Amino acid sequence: MSIVTTTDILETINMIQHENLDVRTITMGISLYDCVSDDIGRLCDNIYDKITKRAENIVKVGDGIGKKYGIPIVNKRVSVTPVALIGGKSSADDYVKIAKTLDRAAKEIGINFIGGYSALVQKGMSRGGEELIKSIPQALTETDFLCSSLNVASTKAGINMDAIYMAGKAIKELAYLTKDRNSIGCAKFVVFANAPEDNPFMAGAFHGIGEPECVINVGVSGPGVVAAAIKRAGNCDFGELANIIKKTAYKITSVGQLVATDAAAELGVPFGIVDLSLAPTPAIGDSVARILENMGLERCGTHGTTAALAMLNDAVKKGGVMASSSVGGLSGAFIPVSEDEGMIEAVNVGALHLNKLEAMTAVCSVGLDMIAIPGDTPVETICGIIADEIAIGVVNTKTTAARLIPAYGKKVGDSVDFGGLLGTAPIMEVSPYSSCEFIHRGGHIPAPMHSLKN
Amino acid sequence: MKAVISVTGKDGVGIVAKVSAKCAECGANIIDISQTVLGGYFAMIMIADVSALNVQFGDFVDYMAAAGKESGLQINTMHEDIFNSMHKI
Repeated sequence: MSIVTTTDILETINMIQHENLDVRTITMGISLYDCVSDDIGRLCDNIYDKITKRAENIVKVGDGIGKKYGIPIVNKRVSVTPVALIGGKSSADDYVKIAKTLDRAAKEIGINFIGGYSALVQKGMSRGGEELIKSIPQALTETDFLCSSLNVASTKAGINMDAIYMAGKAIKELAYLTKDRNSIGCAKFVVFANAPEDNPFMAGAFHGIGEPECVINVGVSGPGVVAAAIKRAGNCDFGELANIIKKTAYKITSVGQLVATDAAAELGVPFGIVDLSLAPTPAIGDSVARILENMGLERCGTHGTTAALAMLNDAVKKGGVMASSSVGGLSGAFIPVSEDEGMIEAVNVGALHLNKLEAMTAVCSVGLDMIAIPGDTPVETICGIIADEIAIGVVNTKTTAARLIPAYGKKVGDSVDFGGLLGTAPIMEVSPYSSCEFIHRGGHIPAPMHSLKN
Repeated sequence: MKAVISVTGKDGVGIVAKVSAKCAECGANIIDISQTVLGGYFAMIMIADVSALNVQFGDFVDYMAAAGKESGLQINTMHEDIFNSMHKI
């Protein structure tokens, strides 16, 4: 063969057709700073005009590149400047108007999610941030494609416990307001520590404050490809296993880099980063849990799972970094429960619990993701779960996040079906003991020490 | 600019002819063919120069896929860069 070998060609085709290799998302980050106005009507018009002009062709270009390389480009999306930064004197009601504007723009250009209905409140809360948080339940209930996030903590700033309490209340209200749709509103809201500013993945994507005017970020995927490569390798030691994962990650990421470069050129926008995350879907053969099981664990969640995930995450980064000129975003293995067929099964057979998931998030991105808990879980317990997760990120200088769904009217043993990429979530058990007094203390948990490390 | 055209399906008379004819019709110049039949199953990989296509590349991909469908074959046409980027360092 004149270009590459037949074996290489067949390997690529097999990855795409049988192992679910795809590019998960092309996300255009758009700055909204120049949309600012003291008139809410004009602000909304400016936002709508800018997004629909900048990202007018993103779906067409994305589909064209997918066809050119014969690889599915699953999502085309937009992230914007955290809205709390451009809302000016907006009230919570005004913020809902901005939310609806963003949703309308998303529908106009044909994307399936728009992110950036966000506030950065790790150190404290500006008035805009507070109003935006208050508006989140209504904003996400009355829109279809809008995603929202809060950065409530960072390693340098510590943890804003007041913001976590507000987030917990917003989650609970959102669950109630969208109770007729299995509390799906909560699936579009994520609470972060150390949120990356160039993340292309939803629900946490926003266009960070140090980002350029407009940028293209790409998220790759391919858990099925890694799982299949490990299965083919059979009984080898960890050194060899790490090498297999690195080589596979290199190939997956190369495709992401190729697509990102093409998309940036065709859209006339600078290329930002490739996000190396292994992002699962509910489809059979597209699961991170199955990778861990192929490493030799009977079930994801058993003893050894954290070690397996740590090795996987590290090897994916080592392989991926070499394939891309610029890596960023979340870059790690995602372990969402509802979006991963193997995770769902592990929960259903009693192998995987919230405590183990929390431990797993200490060694991978992004956190407790798409986890359904009983609808009657108290706000303070939700805040406690979030605070634990956030503390892991703050102390370990990494991103962590929580996307929890207290599914209204559901209890342990039930499950909720969100359909599509969001999947099906079995309701997971939470501790029956109260976190009430702890959460009600309010205030700020100081930033951690960076010396005397033990 | 080159494309990799993979053709798979049940073996029959004239598959290479059909695929080649479609390439010619669109202005794709075939520069390499690797083909085999295993247990009645036909598999072919073609490399074609597509610099002088008389249609858009995206349309060429669709035409080839449609021509395959008519004959019960799966035809995937992909730009060579995806293979180069994945398999060359």
